[in-house]
Amino acid sequence: MFDFLDKPLYAEYGGILGAFWVTIELTFFSAIGSLIWGTILAAMRVSPVPVMRAFGAAYVNVVRNIPLTVIIVASSMVLADQLLWTLGGSDSREISFRVAVLGFVAYTSCFVCETLRSGINTVPIGQAEAARALGLTFFQVLRIVVLPQAFRSVIAPLASVLIALTKNTTVTASIAGIEAAGLMAAMIERESDKVMLVFAMFAVGFVILTLPMGMFLGWVAKKVSVKR
Amino acid sequence: MTEQTSSATPMIKATAVNKYFGDLHVLKDITFEVPRGQVVVVLGPSGSGKSTLCRSINRLEPIDSGTIEVDGQPLPAEGRALAQLRADVGMVFQSFNLFAHKTILDNVMLAPVKVRKQDKATARKTAMELLERVGIANQAHKYPAQLSGGQQQRAAIARALAMKPKVMMFDEPTSALDPEMVQEVLDVMTGLAREGMTMFVVTHEMGFARKAADRVMFMADGEIVEDTTPDDFFTNPRSARAKDFLGKILTH
Ligand SMILES: Nc1ncnc2c1ncn2[C@@H]1O[C@H](COP(=O)(O)OP(=O)(O)OP(=O)(O)O)[C@@H](O)[C@H]1O
Ligand SMILES: [Mg+2]
Repeated sequence: MFDFLDKPLYAEYGGILGAFWVTIELTFFSAIGSLIWGTILAAMRVSPVPVMRAFGAAYVNVVRNIPLTVIIVASSMVLADQLLWTLGGSDSREISFRVAVLGFVAYTSCFVCETLRSGINTVPIGQAEAARALGLTFFQVLRIVVLPQAFRSVIAPLASVLIALTKNTTVTASIAGIEAAGLMAAMIERESDKVMLVFAMFAVGFVILTLPMGMFLGWVAKKVSVKR
Repeated sequence: MTEQTSSATPMIKATAVNKYFGDLHVLKDITFEVPRGQVVVVLGPSGSGKSTLCRSINRLEPIDSGTIEVDGQPLPAEGRALAQLRADVGMVFQSFNLFAHKTILDNVMLAPVKVRKQDKATARKTAMELLERVGIANQAHKYPAQLSGGQQQRAAIARALAMKPKVMMFDEPTSALDPEMVQEVLDVMTGLAREGMTMFVVTHEMGFARKAADRVMFMADGEIVEDTTPDDFFTNPRSARAKDFLGKILTH
């Protein structure tokens, strides 16, 4: 039933495991980048400097309202094709990968920022005041007192963001066939008699990826929750 | 010469301080000095501006006009210099405000390590001594939520003292406590007062005011209405508002 998987055509994806591995890589690098940029955006949005707050708010409200496909396709066409930025990649596959990660970071960081901001709101304002009264600077207060507690309170919602990101990486297929969704498209085209099987395979593949994420992070969230 | 001026410099000096919340004039032309080593108790009805005054002294609440000096140094604008000044002004809040994700010991060690750049071993030793002194050394490794209110407030006092502050501000430190825990906190404060700490205490604890204070400032509607010794204030209040306030407090 699964013999078609051995066709040499699909070998350039590294087979189904290879394609899902690229999905995992895309998710991993995008998640790290989104966490960093999203945290910086959240810091901007709560900073005492009006320009920073305005930038953070404008960025989030613009970027999160643009469809992801538009962001990814536009990044690819503008950055890679027009400006010829390679982002350090050596072949078109590597360049597509990097452009996609950049697009996912730009987009997902908005959701990380907003999730984190709701976490910041759960930290009693008095603790930040006490920290300031002890002589800590704004960044120390944020880094040592506010963000650690904010993160702990939003691990479960951040898991949802991560799961959404994992599934969103399929948008990469619109610029290059390098990951799971690209392989799925290729198979659908050629295995017209096995379409249901192909769909089922990829659906199960994604569930296998994301289900443990949700369960693991749910467990972490309970483990590190701050008692008040 | 600097020695002389510094011992004569008041620890806190407020001159013509005004503060508004929107249209509400919360501090009206407040002027006073607190000499070093003095224990001042601030009394007054709810909404009279006591907390606002207390918080403006380390600029947690910025003022609209006037000047505030701490140990001869005018309050700097927001930034590193202000953080440095705040490090010298201990502050204890009504709601304790311990860092919920850190143990009691880490709460006390945090600022000495991060602000004063003490090494951890020294900071830990000092922190344990302070926790010993406020009577909760055996709670050092617990988290704030595991302690009673009285214990939390004593930890908060230890945390402020760890910075070796020049002056300690208290904003109703016992108001959020169950009655049976009030005394343990007041005892720690009385001890501090005896050791010569300069203290600025907003409280409704008349016992503490009588016993430990050198001076009572009575506030009403954003003004300092009376400023005298505890004895004089309690036996011989001059203003109608102070008489009214004492009447209400003492009949309770
Ligand atoms: N952040 C704020 N924004 C607007 N108004 C405020 C704010 N903080 C305090 N006020 C108002 O300023 C006035 C003085 O408040 P403050 O907290 O200093 O009084 P208080 O003497 O400490 O009272 P209490 O005994 O109830 O603590 C009150 O009318 C209060 O409602
Ligand atoms: Mg108050």
